This record gives sequence, structure tokens and C-alpha cells, in this order.
Amino acid sequence: MRFLWRTASLALLRRGVPSEGSRVARPIRGRFWPSGAQLGDVALVCVADGIVGVSFGATSVGGGLAWWVPVALSVLVFAGGSQIAAVGVVLGGGSPVAAVLAGAVLNTRLFPYGLAVADVVAGPWWRRLLGTHLITDESVAFTMRQSAPERRRAAFWTCGVLLFLVWNATVLLGVALGSTVRNTDAFGLDATFPAVMLALALPTLTSRSTRVAAGTGAVIAVALTPVLPAGLPLLAALGGLGARWTGWRGQRSAADPGGPRDSEGAVNQEELSAGGKR
Amino acid sequence: MMPMTAIVALAAVTYAFRLAGPLLRGRVTVPAAAERVFADAATVLLIALAATSALTAGHGFAGWARPAGVLVAGVLVTRRAPFPVVVVAAAGVTALLRLAGVS
Repeated sequence: MRFLWRTASLALLRRGVPSEGSRVARPIRGRFWPSGAQLGDVALVCVADGIVGVSFGATSVGGGLAWWVPVALSVLVFAGGSQIAAVGVVLGGGSPVAAVLAGAVLNTRLFPYGLAVADVVAGPWWRRLLGTHLITDESVAFTMRQSAPERRRAAFWTCGVLLFLVWNATVLLGVALGSTVRNTDAFGLDATFPAVMLALALPTLTSRSTRVAAGTGAVIAVALTPVLPAGLPLLAALGGLGARWTGWRGQRSAADPGGPRDSEGAVNQEELSAGGKR
Repeated sequence: MMPMTAIVALAAVTYAFRLAGPLLRGRVTVPAAAERVFADAATVLLIALAATSALTAGHGFAGWARPAGVLVAGVLVTRRAPFPVVVVAAAGVTALLRLAGVS
């Protein structure tokens, strides 16, 4: 679940990570209300995502999409990375099918997230339906930092609801900005899409196999862009996952020419410790 | 073009991924290897999308201003700059370069 930790590392923990122990040991004040420190962290994440929301809304309409496209995506999909990816594919000239596929692949990670926070979305059917929609990188990351059931519930719902409100409000604001300011390129807003992608992805490049896969995928996608219909190069980049195995094998022989079992353990340990650091 | 059907399709698939976890809780565990493949697939897509959207526009080169802004953002990410700073820097560098006449 490395995505969790990259999210945690994104913004909220930049100013120093309080140790898990100190947080858990703090006395529980309210049943459903988060602590002040927790609210502060959630607010910081909301500010970061708000900037992305404004940029997403503005770039979408600036690129020529109807105003309701980013708005509907934000309300119904509510997963920033996949929204940006889908709109990016379409603005690049790709088909809606390619856009949906790219977004869907990015969102497969929500499945293990759902397993991780299943306890906090339990309850009456309406709470389960609503809570399920609020499962995001951020809300899951905050939930995972708590161990007591009521703290977990408070963390999840506070982050989920606030983020939903902030995200949709800022996307609307971006749409309004993008509609008034005709030339969004002059403000460099087109550079924010790839920048967001980098900010999300770079911290996950912890193991050599992942770096090999991502590097290969990027080269494939850029090389194929002039010749393939837009959107397809992105999906072809998944072929980079094949390079993963080759990379692994290379690492295995380099790390330990003797026994494959030992070196595989070493690989896992490297990934684990890298994940734990974040 | 992004028709409403595409948006609803992506929303439905996304909701299904979210719902599968709470529904299957206790009945299934995701093998660590599968989870790693999920995570790596997402990373590969994000990096590929970053590369293509930074370097290309349509079927051609996007010009220098945008990749330069993204490069600065990438360096800031590796320096652990806060997320808002990264995003604003990318836009700022690109906008300044364009102001200076670099396309």
C-alpha cells in the first residue's frame, strides 16, 4: 500500500512527522470529533488539493471542454489523479474510451484501500454507500494513522467530507476562472498537470524494479505519441511493467549471485524499509 | 470530447473498486505480489502521463516552456518541497518563460 505513504508524504507530513506512538497515546477527547492537530493536517491537505482543483477546473475548460465535464467528474468520480488523467487523455486528442481506461487503471488501488478501511464505513446502508464514495488516498492515509476505532472513524469522515467539499468547490472556482481567462497557457497552467503527476509518482519510485518499469513506460509512451492515436501510447506504457521482471532479475544477480531466495528477500526488505520511511 | 456516458462509466468503475473492499472484507486478502503490481501499474501510468503531457502536444513537441516548468517541479519534489509550492512553481516557471518569449 505504498500509495498511502506517498500521499502521507505529499504535504501533510512535510513539517515533521509526529511519531505514530505519540499520536495514538494521546487521550481520546471526543467520540467523533478529531483532535486539533489532526484537523490542522487535514486543512493542509485540503489547501494542496484545492490548488490542484482550481488548476484542474481551469485547464479543463481552457482546453475546450464543456464546464460540466470537470464538475461532473469531480462529483461522481471524486478521484483527482484519474480525473486529471482522463481529461489529459481527452485534451491530448484521445478517445473517451482511452480516457476511461486510463482513469480506471489508476483507480484499481482503491480496492486494497477499501479493504483497509472497511471497518470505518460500516453501519447503516446509507452510511456505507456514502462512506464508500469518500475513500481516497488522503482519507485512507489519515485513517491508517489511527488505531482506536472511534479515532479511525473520526479521521476518515472528517477528511473525506471536508475534502469532498473543498475539491468540488475549488474545481468550480477553476471552471469560473478558466471561462473568464481565455488564455490559460499564458499562466502556465498546462504545466500543472504533469507537475501533479510527478509529485504523485516520484515518491513511489523507491525500488529499482519500479524505476525500471516507469522509465521504460515513459520512453514507450513518448516514442509512440507521434505515431499512435492519442491515449493509446499511455496504455502502451503499461508494457513497461514487463521490464520490471528483467530489472528484478538484474538486481537479483547483482545483489546475490548465490541464492535467488535470499536476494528476493533482500528486494522485499528494501521495498519495505523504503515504504516505512515515508 | 468527453461525453456524459464516459464520465458515468468511469464513475461506475471507480465506485466498484471502492465498494469491492468493504464488501469482500474478511473473505479475501490481496496477495502482496498483486498489490505491488497494482501500485506499479499506477506509478507507470502516472510517470508516462507526466512525460507525455510535459513533452508533447497533439502528435508533436510541446515547446520548451512547459517541460522546463515540469522539470523544476520534479526537482522540487525530490527536494521534498511542499505540494502547493511544486504546483505553483511549475506554472510560474512556464508562465515566465512564455512571458520572455520562449514558447
